[in-house]
Amino acid sequence: MPQLAGPTDPAADARWTDVKPRKGFFTDTSICIGCKACQVACKEWNHNPRVGDLELLGSSYDNTGSLGASTWRHVAFIEQGRERIEQARESGRALVDLGMPGVGAPKPAGPGPAPTGLPDTAPPDTPEFRWLMSSDVCKHCTHAGCLDVCPTGALFRTEFGTVVVQADVCNGCGTCVAGCPFGVIERRRDGTAAPKGKRGERKGEQPDVPNLGVAQKCTLCYDRIVDDQTPACAKTCPTTSIKYGDHVDLVALARERVAELHDQGRTEARLYGANELDGVGGTGSVFLLLDEPEVYGLPPDPRVPTADLPQMYKLAGLAAGGMIAAAVLSFLGRRS
Amino acid sequence: MTTSEYDSLRPPEPAGRGRGNGRRRRRTGPGAGGADGSREMPMVPEAEFTSYYGRPVVKPAPWGPEIAGYLFLGGVAGGSGLLAAGGQLTGQDTLRRNCRLAAISAVGLGAVALVHDLGRPERFLNMLRTFKLTSPMSVGSWILSAFSAGAGVAAAAEVDRMTGERLPLGPLRRVLRTVEGPAGLEAAAFAPLLAVYTAVLLGDTSTPTWNHAHEELPFVFASSASLASAGLAMVTTPVAETAPARKLAVLGVIGDLLATRVMHRRMDPVAAEPLHTGRPGQMLRLSEALAVAGGIGTLLGGRRRSIAVASGLALVAASALTRFGIFEAGIASAKDPRYTIEPQKRRLAARRAAGVTDDSITTAG
Repeated sequence: MPQLAGPTDPAADARWTDVKPRKGFFTDTSICIGCKACQVACKEWNHNPRVGDLELLGSSYDNTGSLGASTWRHVAFIEQGRERIEQARESGRALVDLGMPGVGAPKPAGPGPAPTGLPDTAPPDTPEFRWLMSSDVCKHCTHAGCLDVCPTGALFRTEFGTVVVQADVCNGCGTCVAGCPFGVIERRRDGTAAPKGKRGERKGEQPDVPNLGVAQKCTLCYDRIVDDQTPACAKTCPTTSIKYGDHVDLVALARERVAELHDQGRTEARLYGANELDGVGGTGSVFLLLDEPEVYGLPPDPRVPTADLPQMYKLAGLAAGGMIAAAVLSFLGRRS
Repeated sequence: MTTSEYDSLRPPEPAGRGRGNGRRRRRTGPGAGGADGSREMPMVPEAEFTSYYGRPVVKPAPWGPEIAGYLFLGGVAGGSGLLAAGGQLTGQDTLRRNCRLAAISAVGLGAVALVHDLGRPERFLNMLRTFKLTSPMSVGSWILSAFSAGAGVAAAAEVDRMTGERLPLGPLRRVLRTVEGPAGLEAAAFAPLLAVYTAVLLGDTSTPTWNHAHEELPFVFASSASLASAGLAMVTTPVAETAPARKLAVLGVIGDLLATRVMHRRMDPVAAEPLHTGRPGQMLRLSEALAVAGGIGTLLGGRRRSIAVASGLALVAASALTRFGIFEAGIASAKDPRYTIEPQKRRLAARRAAGVTDDSITTAG
C-alpha cells in the first residue's frame, strides 16, 4: 500500500522507476487580472465541451461557477469593501504571528531584486474596495483523495507527480467525486442537449460531448508536459499569474513572493498548499491568496479521507466481528 | 424590489438555483445575499462564516437512490448469508433455504442497482481489473463477487431441490450437492464484510456528514444489516425455525440504537446537522421508531406468526430508512458549503489552540 499521509515524493511513492522532477503550478492571485484566458486556453487544448447555457450567475464576473468535469480552470471573482479588506489583512497577520513554517527573517524583497524594466507587480492598495481574482485548478495533491479511492485504476499518478484520469478505463462509478477534498473532479454529464428554440435556453449547435459519463479533471496538460511543453493555461496567462515548472522551484518562488508582499505591508498575502505537513501532504498546485481560503471557495483545512482508512478498516473489521458474534450467540444451543 | 414593464417578458427564474437555498440564505452570510443572482451581493459580508457565493466546496457523489438501495440490499444479503449458514449448521432447513434465497436475491438486485448507477455501465467489469486496498469500492467489489459466488451456488442447490431436481444439471448435480455446504460457508465468511464495507465506502469520502461519522458508521451498518436480515427471515420463515433470527433481530436493534446514539454524540455538531434536519432527519427518526417497535414486537410476540411478520416488516423498513437517511444526509451536507467549512475551521482552530501550528494548508510563507 502506498503512503497514505505525510510528506513524500508522490511519483516515487507510486513506484515509478524513472521519476521526473515533480511538476506543478504556482498561481499568484495578486497579479491575476481576471481575463479568463486560462479558462479558454484550457477548454480549447483539452476539447472540453461547454457547460450550462451561458447564463449570468450574478457573482461578479464569474459566470462559470466552479471547477467541474468540463471546467478545469475557473477564475473566481470576489468584490470586497473596506471592512473585509481589513479583516483579510488581520487574518494574514495572525498567520504570520503564529510562526508558521517558512517564516523566518524577512528575505531581501521589495523592489530590490527586481531588475529595472520589469513591470510593477505590486497589487493596487485600495482601502475602500478591491477585486480578488483567482484562477483555481486541480491541486494535484501529494495524497490525492480521488486517486486513492478509484477502484478501476483509471486515475493514476504520472512520473511528474501529477494525477490523471484514463478516460477509457474509468467506468464512471463516481467514488472519486466524493473523495476529492477540493471538489475538483466530476463525472461528465451530457451538458449539451439538443438546442432548444426558447429564449434563455440552450443556444447554438454544440459538438458531441467526449468522454461522457466518466470522471474528468485537469491533467496538468500531461500530453504537453511529456513533450516539454508548458500547460495551456500557464502558456497563455498574460500576467504570469499562472506559473508552471518544477514544484520545488515554484514553492521557493511562492515563498519569495509572499515575503515581498509582506515587506510591502500586505500581510493579507498567504500561501495555500505549500506546506507538505498539511492534510493532503502539500499540493502540486500552490496558490498565493489575499484572503482566507474559503473566500475563494477553497476548503480551510482539507484532509485526504484515505489518511484515516487503516483505522476505518480496523473498525469495520471489529463491527463485522461483532456481527458474527451476534449471529453465533443467536444460534447457540441449536446444534442439531 | 424594482419592477419594470418588461418584467413579464423575462424568462422565468430557473428553479434549480433558488431551490434549497431558502434555508441557507438566512445563515450563510455573504454568499447568501447574491448567490442566486437575484439581487446584489452585500458589499460587506457577515462575519464568522464565509463562502464563495454560497457555492459548495466539495462535490456530492453523483449517486442516485440506487446506491442508497444497494447499501440496504447489501446489508440484507450479508445478514441473510450469515443466517443461512447458521441454519445450515444447526439443521434448520426452511430457515437455511429462505435465507439463501433472500441472500442471492438481495445481492443480485443490489449488483444490478450498482451497475445501473455507473456512468458507463457497459464497463462494469473494470471494477475487477485490479485489486486496490486504498479503494473501499475496489475492496467491496471483490467482497461482493466472492459473496455472490458462494451465495449463488448455495441458492442454486436450493432452487434445484425446490423444483424437484428439474434443473438441467446432469452429472453436475452431484457436484452441486457436494459444494453447496462449503459454498454457503464461504458466503457466510464474506457476509459481514459485505454488510459493513459500505460504511467504509461512505466514511472514506470528503462528504462532510459521512466523513465525520467514519468511526461509528461500520457499527451502525452492521447492526442495521443484522436487524434487516433477521426481520426478513421472520417474514419468510415459520416461527418454529426463527428463534435465532428473533435473537439476532433484538441484538441488531440494541446495536443500532446504541451505535446511532454514539455517532450523534461524537460527531461534529455542524456535520451531524443534516442527520437531524429535513427529509433525512425524518427518515432517521422514523427508522428509529420502527426499529424500536419491531424489536419490542419481536421480543414480546415473535412466536406468533402475525406479530412476527409485522415486526419483521418494521425492521426491514427501519434498515432501509437508516440507509436512505444517511445517504441523503451526506449528499445534502456536500451541497452546502457550511458543512465543509465550519467543522474544518473549528478543527484547525482547535489544533492551533493546542499549539500545533505547522500543519495548516494556509501558511504565511
